[in-house]
Amino acid sequence: MQRKYFARLAVLMGVLLLHTSILRAQTDEDAIMMTKNNFCIGGTYMHSSWDHYWEGTFKRDNRNIGTMSTQMIGLMGTYGVSKKFNVIFNVPYVSTHVTRGTLHDQHGIQDLTVWLKWLALEKNVGDGVLSLYALGGGSVPLTNYIADYLPLAIGLHSKTLSGRLMVDYQLSKFFATLSGSYTWRDNIRIDRDSYYTTELHNTNEVKMPDMTLFNFRTGYRSERWILEAVGTIMTTIGGFDIRKNDMPFPSNKMNATTVGGHFKYNFKKVDGLSLTGGGSYTVAGRNVGQSTNFDAGVFYILDFSSKKKKK
Amino acid sequence: MRNKILIPALAALMAMAACNKDVSNSTANLPALNPADQDLGAGGWKTILLSRPDSFAVAAPAATNSTGYAADILELKGYQRSMTSAQAAAVRYWSAGAVLRWNEIMRELVAKYNLPPYQSSDTTYPIPSATNPFAYPYFPFANPPYAARAYGYISAAQYDALVACWYYKQLYNRPAPYKVDTTIKTFVPKTTLPSYPSEAAVLAGVTAEMMKLLFPGEIGSIQQKLEEAELAAIMSGAATRSDINAGEALGRQVAQMFITRARGDNAGKAVGTPADWANLRTQTAAKNQVPWLSLETPSRPPMLPLFGKVKCFLFDSATMVSLRPGPPPSTGSDDMKSATAEVYGKVKSPTRDQMKIVQFWADGAGTVTPPGHWNAIAAADFIKKNWSEVRWARNFALLNCAEMDAGIVCWDIKYFYFNPRPSQLNGDIKTLTGVPNFPSYVSGHSMFSAAAATILGHIVPERASAYMAMAQEAANSRFIGGIHYKVDCEVGLTVGQNVGNYAVQRATHDGAE
Repeated sequence: MQRKYFARLAVLMGVLLLHTSILRAQTDEDAIMMTKNNFCIGGTYMHSSWDHYWEGTFKRDNRNIGTMSTQMIGLMGTYGVSKKFNVIFNVPYVSTHVTRGTLHDQHGIQDLTVWLKWLALEKNVGDGVLSLYALGGGSVPLTNYIADYLPLAIGLHSKTLSGRLMVDYQLSKFFATLSGSYTWRDNIRIDRDSYYTTELHNTNEVKMPDMTLFNFRTGYRSERWILEAVGTIMTTIGGFDIRKNDMPFPSNKMNATTVGGHFKYNFKKVDGLSLTGGGSYTVAGRNVGQSTNFDAGVFYILDFSSKKKKK
Repeated sequence: MRNKILIPALAALMAMAACNKDVSNSTANLPALNPADQDLGAGGWKTILLSRPDSFAVAAPAATNSTGYAADILELKGYQRSMTSAQAAAVRYWSAGAVLRWNEIMRELVAKYNLPPYQSSDTTYPIPSATNPFAYPYFPFANPPYAARAYGYISAAQYDALVACWYYKQLYNRPAPYKVDTTIKTFVPKTTLPSYPSEAAVLAGVTAEMMKLLFPGEIGSIQQKLEEAELAAIMSGAATRSDINAGEALGRQVAQMFITRARGDNAGKAVGTPADWANLRTQTAAKNQVPWLSLETPSRPPMLPLFGKVKCFLFDSATMVSLRPGPPPSTGSDDMKSATAEVYGKVKSPTRDQMKIVQFWADGAGTVTPPGHWNAIAAADFIKKNWSEVRWARNFALLNCAEMDAGIVCWDIKYFYFNPRPSQLNGDIKTLTGVPNFPSYVSGHSMFSAAAATILGHIVPERASAYMAMAQEAANSRFIGGIHYKVDCEVGLTVGQNVGNYAVQRATHDGAE
């Protein structure tokens, strides 16, 4: 009758930071566009784990969780409608696991995310190039996975819409990109008919707070290599803290600051083939796990342009 | 091209960002309670602890043509003139029924306090103290047995207090203010119910007094609710200050009887001592049975091992022992091996529907607990009945006495057999909800649910089969969630029904049917 009180605690960075901790090539967060009628398709793998988490602002471990890990395999694609307008999608398969305690692992296909990316402005400024991007995106859960089972749930099962502005400056082979986004999250319905946040709610509907995300990346960018340092600040607008020794809940105030590095390598010998990889670490957080994240990916560009067809 | 896509996308984003995501409670906008029958004879219904409905004297009210009463009416009209929109909302809120609203408040407090203490640095666990409720760990830890008893006492006290209230209402027969002075506005349906003493104030007084004992850290918030409820009764046009004062005093006096009983019902000793905890292990091992072990790290003492010694409301201690079923399969037997294997097979690759059932009934930490869930189920059906407040109270008292006694009987059984959970016997069993920190046999959910379904089926007969189907699903949820053997649930349902039948017995003899 009591759920094991200790067992289901803290929150899964991997789930929340799907858009940020992985998938660095021609993604929604970089200042790179696919050219017209090119389709970049790739597979990515991400591993995220933590053994400490923030219960509100209180940092703790939990020996009924041990180490919480999330693995994700993502299918991702970017299509160049024009050289200034790309469509990006991502479908992840997520699995979760804890090393201690009795709670059951979860796995399944999570949410489809689609971004529309528009290169709004590109002009020479000084010796470099300044570009401005506007993006709109959204996500929908693809399966009926459980959200109210944190930290093992594979996602929060909320439909989202996001808007993002991004500015990039490239000087010779060095660049810096800054983006800010706002994500509107739709309410979710859970399997219970009452739940407590800071008061009792006698309904199965949960009001999901919106979120903002800031992302800064800087480093070396050439035809062959991208090497970059990346920082993100995720903030939940509203939401509530996990109470002492309580379970996490989808509408918690989940904040996280992460730092990391990333690379992309374009092969010389196989035109259109690239490898990506990177890692990040959560340096500060609230109602989230202090996760260490790694990712790797392989991408290939298919050229559907008429020029290619003639060959 | 891009504008065709981007502009509608941005417009959609802005439209959605602007829309209101606020979530309202299912009972937020109920109409005012308008009983078909005021149960004017309820002063004669059988009480639970009170020996007579007039055990506590309530002085005769001043006549409605007295100067004192005229002052009351002036005060009422003054309040009505200065009513703010927040106060009008409070009038609407309480007009749906004070028994319902106090029941919801009680559930909220249970959910708020239903958190197990965090371990100390030496890996022991601190025990909440009633004498220091404001310091961590907050008192109480409103776990299911604690909650069952809290719901039981408060509902029983509310019922007795309202029976006394109805007795005096009939005796003094003072008409409602809106009958005396027709220029008074009314924000509730006009009825024939005498207003002295005020039922709203009786409920506020009895509940606030009980809460001091059961949720002492909430004295401040409860006092606010009391004042809000009483002011709402005056502003609604249904009660004067003298109706309120007499009601609150009566409610508080009735509560004292229940508090005296509660202080001596053994619940205060239910936590046990380290010696008690060790004895449970050695006694079980002496019977050649694998003793229960906490599956938490650090190991947590078993939840309220002596709660089975608490005094029941519906039957005496001899009856309680007679309700104890035979033992579960021996922990070393082939039957137990196959029962464990059955759990493993069920939970190894759970379906989404299976998880949904487990979650719906889990009612674990931070929730209203299983008895609270059944209060919510009952309330949703009671709302449709338009009962008088005293009948609402009577029916919740029947339900919650059954739940409390089911909890006591269940805890007696659990610690009599001290039977390990499936995950203790097979570490490969991973569960769909947390493993509760107390022995397996019999399932508490099964007992609470069957007891509730039995008495509710008597109160709302057209829903009897639906309640029993829900109880069976609740029981099964513990098996398919991997935290109980099937036999725990089956036997739990049977014993729960037996407990529920004592409540039905009471219901057929309390004069309300």
